Amino acid sequence: MAVITPGAPVPAASVRRGRRRPGERIIEGFLVLAAVVSIATTIGIIVSLLFPTVEFFGEVSIIEFVTGTQWTPLFSIKQYGVLPLLVGTLWVTLIATVIAVPLGIGAAIYLSEYAHPGTRKFLKPILEVLAGIPTVVYGFFALTFLNPILIDLWPSDGKPEFQNLLVAGIAMGIMIVPTVASLAEDAMSAVPQSLREGAYALASTKMQVATRVVVPGALSGIVAAIVLGVSRALGETMIVTIAAGLKTDGIPWSPIDGAATMTSFIAGAAQGDLPVDSLDYLTIFAVGTTLFLFTFALNALSIRLVRKFREVYE
Amino acid sequence: MSATSTPPASHAANPRHRPSLSQRRSRPGEVLFKLALQFCLLVAFAFLVALIAFAVIKGWNRLDPRLWEEMPTGAASRVARAGVQSAITGTLWVIGLTAAICLPIGIASAIYLEEYADNTRWYNRLLELNIQNLAGVPSIVFGILGLGLIARVIGLGFTVITAAIVLSLLVLPVVIIASREALRAVPRSIRQASYALGATRWQTTWRQVLPAAVPGMSTGAILALSRALGEAAPLILLGAVTFIRFNPDSLLSSYTTLPIQIYNLIKEPQAEFQELAAAAIVLLLVILLALNSAAILIRNRFQKRW
Repeated sequence: MAVITPGAPVPAASVRRGRRRPGERIIEGFLVLAAVVSIATTIGIIVSLLFPTVEFFGEVSIIEFVTGTQWTPLFSIKQYGVLPLLVGTLWVTLIATVIAVPLGIGAAIYLSEYAHPGTRKFLKPILEVLAGIPTVVYGFFALTFLNPILIDLWPSDGKPEFQNLLVAGIAMGIMIVPTVASLAEDAMSAVPQSLREGAYALASTKMQVATRVVVPGALSGIVAAIVLGVSRALGETMIVTIAAGLKTDGIPWSPIDGAATMTSFIAGAAQGDLPVDSLDYLTIFAVGTTLFLFTFALNALSIRLVRKFREVYE
Repeated sequence: MSATSTPPASHAANPRHRPSLSQRRSRPGEVLFKLALQFCLLVAFAFLVALIAFAVIKGWNRLDPRLWEEMPTGAASRVARAGVQSAITGTLWVIGLTAAICLPIGIASAIYLEEYADNTRWYNRLLELNIQNLAGVPSIVFGILGLGLIARVIGLGFTVITAAIVLSLLVLPVVIIASREALRAVPRSIRQASYALGATRWQTTWRQVLPAAVPGMSTGAILALSRALGEAAPLILLGAVTFIRFNPDSLLSSYTTLPIQIYNLIKEPQAEFQELAAAAIVLLLVILLALNSAAILIRNRFQKRW
């Protein structure tokens, strides 16, 4: 690169700008352009959801959408109540949360407070690998491995269906354990050592330090980890599409029924050859908007919480 | 997800781990609590082992060259001679393109945010918030973006390039966040030394900061691409659901990918399809485990401690 050598004395202003080569501005422009891509993505998502959704609600009233108990857009008698999809989603998310929260937090406390540093260095990458297993694999595992076991072990006669919400929820719970554990461990590691030492000095036991100092100290981070896990469960598609089925007629009152969730309805509807701009096609976008709003709220909450725990200790 | 912000001091001295002291204080509750915690971790790993073992056992008979030499089929009578070749080539096309699109954009965004942006400005904070939020948007919503905007309005249709663009946008936040962390780990003194020698901002970034950040960035890039590799949901919306019997040959070809092909096979009721699905899962997991190990290896071997 040519180094600019100012020969004759130069005015002060040009010394400050002397090092600025014309390429610098262009490069910075490119970098800004790249950064704008992510903004454009968000705008693209909102635009692609908004217009078809508005069109959908031009034909179906919002009240019917929110309060209807039948979702049968692909049947001859069409009804557009989103409640069955919502209830299906809530079941799966609830079951996944009940499984993932204790397991994830327990594993995180162990890794952060009990495990030998060598063990932790070895186990944490494995957790990350576990988090990277494709969801289609979890779906297969749920349908062909977990579900037969579940049906065998089921105590009463009303056995779970071939595809059901319970087994999808269990598989999803297992799927989000690593996410919750990894993030919760980060939060617990951020709790200053001095707090632990203070507690030990007051003759606390290890368990007391873990449960009364570290967990409360990392609470907002732990809650953020849980919220992020819930948000992942809510938006997960392949496990439910494979293991919970695509039934949408009526609210699934029991988790051992097969039923669609918001995500699996979208996936199912997209596989049929729907004519573009038919009301059926628009349902994909209306349900997509509902899903987006739910996850957006959860993400916003989790971002706030993470910020809070960073502020406290950093 | 690898962002452990443990202070390095606790690694070295490790005052958190003090067996002799805690043993003296031991009470039955303490032991039980520790056992319960170990149980939590054990359950998570037991499922990993079960999952892999189950796939290997179930797919064992189909783990042979047929898997990559033959094309997929939807016909039960021909499934014994079928494989997933078009899904493998399709995956290579889509992921190769995804890497070509998302890595430059992601790394450039990260450089902007870390090296150039004044993060007291509202628009830079908005940018940051936007990336964090995008990271949490469900993958199927990206599929809707692809279906509504890229495939239909822009008119790229259900092709390799549409799939690659959608997957790029999906993993872009992961690339950006990981690259930013790698850049942030390069000490300030390196930059100041470079400036002191009269280098411009870009010269400093390109010749000093980037080379030092490459190991961290490549780890993030590999993890992002392995996420794209396993993703099926958005592609279901982008026309990748049929049994495609040819390899893609251009950006505008129809395509299928491994996760999509696995999903197709699972949907078929006959046992032969399930076996082939299990074999394809083993193949997918082997690729992913190889990628993940490479990422971890790079992180552990090349990351400088300043």
